[in-house]
Amino acid sequence: MTCPVTIRIQEDDFDIAREIAVLTNGRTDSGAVVTFSGICRADEDSAKVAALTLEHYPGMAEEEIRRHADEAMARWPLDGITVIHRVGRLMPGQNIVLVVTASQHRQAAFAAAEFLMDYLKTSAPFWKKEESATGTGWVEAHARDDEAAARWTKS
Amino acid sequence: MKVKYFAWVRERVGKAEETIEPPASVRTVEELIAWLSGQSEAYAHAFEKPKVIRAAIDRAHVRQDAAIAGAREIAFFPPMTGG
Repeated sequence: MTCPVTIRIQEDDFDIAREIAVLTNGRTDSGAVVTFSGICRADEDSAKVAALTLEHYPGMAEEEIRRHADEAMARWPLDGITVIHRVGRLMPGQNIVLVVTASQHRQAAFAAAEFLMDYLKTSAPFWKKEESATGTGWVEAHARDDEAAARWTKS
Repeated sequence: MKVKYFAWVRERVGKAEETIEPPASVRTVEELIAWLSGQSEAYAHAFEKPKVIRAAIDRAHVRQDAAIAGAREIAFFPPMTGG
């Protein structure tokens, strides 16, 4: 069975219901769809965030997500993957990222969505700049994100 | 070869991309970082903690001991914070 993969990097918002409908349209074999959305938080390490600006490496960002989508398909029996990452200036409460995975059973869909998110955090070339009352600064990478991604390489 | 910079590396270098011609003695990513650091204060500032810098050759992540021979595009950036 084919596993369509959609990867988009865009300034515009996304519609979660629409993306699920597109992924599952015309199929009756997928019994599970998992969605993860990442949202711009208003508080980061107890500081008030006014806005985030997302920068990316055009070309490599899509290719890096594609490489991990291919790996997810090799690991789990998936029926579809959609990854949408927004760039530009985002306000608290706004969507940043969407991962949708479809599979016959829920375990594969949950695992693949988590796998894709863990790698999006640590290896897809995106960077967040934070604006707050005290100024602007680049968000630092968290060791906990590296640890989350590393567990997928353990046997 | 074309070199691209992102996030705070871009801000410190003061440009998003440029074409450079390092001497033949510069063979690896690590050596390129060292060579760039000697070019001006701006590069020295961008690469002041070279171990923190991530690199990609032709849009794929590489380690700093990777050879740069044949590379069309090399990118330098901080650890990623997307998602």
